[in-house]
Amino acid sequence: MELTTLWFILIAVLWTGYFVLEGFDFGVGMLLPVIGRAADRDLGERRRRVLINTIGPVWDGNEVWVITAGGATFAAFPEWYATMFSAFYLALLLILVALIVRGVAFEYRGTRDSARWRQRWDWCIVAGSAIPAFLWGVAFANIVRGLKIAPRPLNGGPLEYIGGFWDLLNPYALLGGLTTLLLFLTHGAIFLALKTTGDVRDRARNVATGTGLAAAVVAVAFLLFTFSQRSTAWSIATGVLAAASFVAGLLVLRGRRPREGWAFLGTAVAIGLTVVSLFLALYPDVMPSTLRDEWSLTIHNASSTPYTLKIMTWVALVFTPLVLLYQGWTYWVFRKRIGVQHIPAGSGH
Amino acid sequence: MDALAWARWQFGIVTVYHFLFVPITIGLSFLVAGFQTAWVRAERRGDPHALRWLKLTKFYGKLFLINFAMGVVTGIVQEFQFGMNWSAYSRFVGDIFGAPLAIEALLAFFLESTFLGLWIFGWDKLKRGIHLACIWIAAAGTALSAYFILAANSFMQHPVGFTFNPKTNRAELTDFGAVLTNKVTLITFPHTIIGCFLTAGALVAGVALWHIMREGKNAKTADMDRRAYRSALKVGVWTTLVAMVGMFISGDIQGKIMTEVQPMKMAAAEALYNTSQPAPFSLLTIGTLDGSEPVFSIEVPHLLSFLATGSFDGKVQGINDLQAEYEQKYGPGDYKPIIPVTYWTFRFMILFGALAALVALWALWATRRGRTPRTRWLRWAGLALPLLPLAANSVGWIFTEMGRQPWIVFGQMKTAQGVSPTVGTGEVMTSLTVFTLLYGVLAVVEVGLLLKYAKAGVPDVTPPPETPADSDAPLAFAY
Ligand code: HDD
Ligand code: HEM
Ligand code: HEM
Repeated sequence: MELTTLWFILIAVLWTGYFVLEGFDFGVGMLLPVIGRAADRDLGERRRRVLINTIGPVWDGNEVWVITAGGATFAAFPEWYATMFSAFYLALLLILVALIVRGVAFEYRGTRDSARWRQRWDWCIVAGSAIPAFLWGVAFANIVRGLKIAPRPLNGGPLEYIGGFWDLLNPYALLGGLTTLLLFLTHGAIFLALKTTGDVRDRARNVATGTGLAAAVVAVAFLLFTFSQRSTAWSIATGVLAAASFVAGLLVLRGRRPREGWAFLGTAVAIGLTVVSLFLALYPDVMPSTLRDEWSLTIHNASSTPYTLKIMTWVALVFTPLVLLYQGWTYWVFRKRIGVQHIPAGSGH
Repeated sequence: MDALAWARWQFGIVTVYHFLFVPITIGLSFLVAGFQTAWVRAERRGDPHALRWLKLTKFYGKLFLINFAMGVVTGIVQEFQFGMNWSAYSRFVGDIFGAPLAIEALLAFFLESTFLGLWIFGWDKLKRGIHLACIWIAAAGTALSAYFILAANSFMQHPVGFTFNPKTNRAELTDFGAVLTNKVTLITFPHTIIGCFLTAGALVAGVALWHIMREGKNAKTADMDRRAYRSALKVGVWTTLVAMVGMFISGDIQGKIMTEVQPMKMAAAEALYNTSQPAPFSLLTIGTLDGSEPVFSIEVPHLLSFLATGSFDGKVQGINDLQAEYEQKYGPGDYKPIIPVTYWTFRFMILFGALAALVALWALWATRRGRTPRTRWLRWAGLALPLLPLAANSVGWIFTEMGRQPWIVFGQMKTAQGVSPTVGTGEVMTSLTVFTLLYGVLAVVEVGLLLKYAKAGVPDVTPPPETPADSDAPLAFAY
């Protein structure tokens, strides 16, 4: 296989890892005011803390997937990195702000014994999870759909995005955003059902059914829309599999004896395959131009030199399995379900 | 101002901000790991006061975590902004520069974030030895991340291991080993890491000193807590002092390498306008308005020659000669950084570090053989202690980066050519405003929390079980 293709695959893997992992912690963050609510104030606070603690030890590790995806794109496809990050300037600004307030909120909400203080940080977590969950979908849909990309200057300059911010908010992209938002919401709810006990678990399961149905409808619409614009036999096949896996996940969750583990696997695979389907539709372009075919960024005209790719390949082949190993171990260490009875008294820390 | 100027301000602001948290994270992760190791070993020895080390682990560990959160969230901005604001630069150097960045994430950030998560939440879930190993691995991760990011930065100061390809119009990697063993990297890494220890040492010492000085007033302080603060003060002060010696040594070497690869930066650091042999070290120089001639200066003879070349009679090139030389080599243009900035930041870096070491020495003297110091002056100095190395770090970086101007990659690409051509002034102004406001608010929150937890003092602790028990008890640590 050509190294450029291999790196296209590796970057797809990194984004897949990111959406599958951070997807559920975005979902948990968004569900804070839904599942973590109770008429009794103290109980509500305990429930929210149960939610946050299910992702406490892992969310930062999940976030590193996107940092690595960014870094790997920079290293393997500098032209892609440069065009994409400058094209999505304001959208990325929003995502950054969201990730910033969310990250500090986890750490800071428990540092003061005040309901108002915690409530403010809780909203940071909700918004900080919902905004990226939506915008990543918008960004990816735009990439698949193609952007106004042209050389600047026209005679042989680098391929730059020449559209504006509002061009990014087209119906297809917004549908893409809604898709990721709902998928992550469902994924997060099922994760909670898997990781908690008591009424938090029951609530999570109920929420998952509701959002799951909505997500299924929207996602199927999005996939059909995608197939109509840009597809290959393989991308359609994976898209169909993704949908099937999602529905299967919901079904086992609703079964007489709910199997949350299998359900979680179902949504995880569904999200993963959705990303794979988009990348398959894209290949060998990385950022297609809607203006002219020869102005598209492809794995060939956007890539680094073979020498750089070779070094990066060795690094990736050695260290990615290691990362998977120890991150997997973390999930094993914190495998126990938690419930309100596990939350220590006091405001946290 | 145009988009370029805004983009530069933004980069400077968010990066300096990021680097306020980084040195504390790096230095403190090692010191906290040290405290925890001391606890495990003291406990094994049967030391009746072993608990003081556990108290210190949790106390400084808490300050560490508050700070770490900010290091993480500001770091993501760093990673993204090369593509967002400096796309032309990213295209030009991506073949070389992207690799260390990607490796940093894959090797270091995963390590840090994962093992820190295990450490924070794993007190009652992991065996003692494994739990201890987690904080050491996280600490090693922070140092590793520093190495790769500094390798990337050093390439900009002194590009090596590449050729310029006129067909693709970019710099292309030819020797990755050369990039990783760039002589600038090899000296910048120790200088920066030691600076991190200086910062964390000063922080540990400053906080401990404050509590020791309150003991007199606060007779309630438990015996174990007293011991804890005394131990922390010793560790902090000695870390600061040893680190300062390390800063002198590594800084001295750095000066020589800098003179070799970026002579203009050294000349600008000294406001040395005309080539001199031997060259004096300037304590105070005031230039003419157009910045081409010194008007007034106080100097130590021969010292700059020694700093720059290692010989008291060495020749040091002046700004005016280098300007002429560069015009010949690179074409017409202004190759001078902003002299007052380089001049003063260089001095203040050294001054702030030295002041920190002096305060640390004073604290050591004032607390000798169990004394409790009462001088009001020392209390003020103690409060300034953690701030001094932070300031030294910031001005050190401002010196390094602004001293490189007008180049973004020395001798290869100018900063003005590196900016994103498609990102407009309005967009950069928006992002700069948003970051400044957000960072401002977060700074207030962060400082408030650090003060709150520093004041609260060492917590009450119960040692976690040797081996994890699988009970339904509340979590030992929860958000
Ligand atoms: C605690 C902070 C601190 C302290 C006390 C010092 N430094 Fe420093 N210095 C830094 C923190 C720093 C830094 C922020 O970490 C820099 C910026 C880039 C780098 O490599 O380290 C730096 C850069 C830096 C450079 C520029 C390197 C370049 O641009 O190529 C030189 C020549 C020195 N230092 C020399 C010294 C000397 C002679 C010191 C005398 C004691 C000294 N530093 C103290
Ligand atoms: C690997 C690490 C770093 C890289 C790759 C890097 C790269 C850059 C780039 C691309 C610029 C923009 C061009 C310019 O305006 O000069 C810049 C400027 C700047 N950087 Fe760095 N930097 C790094 C680390 C740091 C750190 C840690 C600090 C300080 C905390 C710092 C301080 C600055 C400042 C103050 C400027 C503004 C200079 C100016 O406006 O003239 N940099 N750096
Ligand atoms: C401009 C260049 C820089 C970039 C692109 C960058 C990137 C990042 C990123 C993405 C993070 C967050 C990691 C996470 O989520 O866990 C981070 C944090 C950190 N960075 Fe920076 N950084 C830069 C400058 C520096 C420098 C110069 C150093 C050290 C000398 C450094 C050392 C660290 C450390 C120790 C942390 C905190 C630990 C952590 O957050 O994981 N960074 N940086």
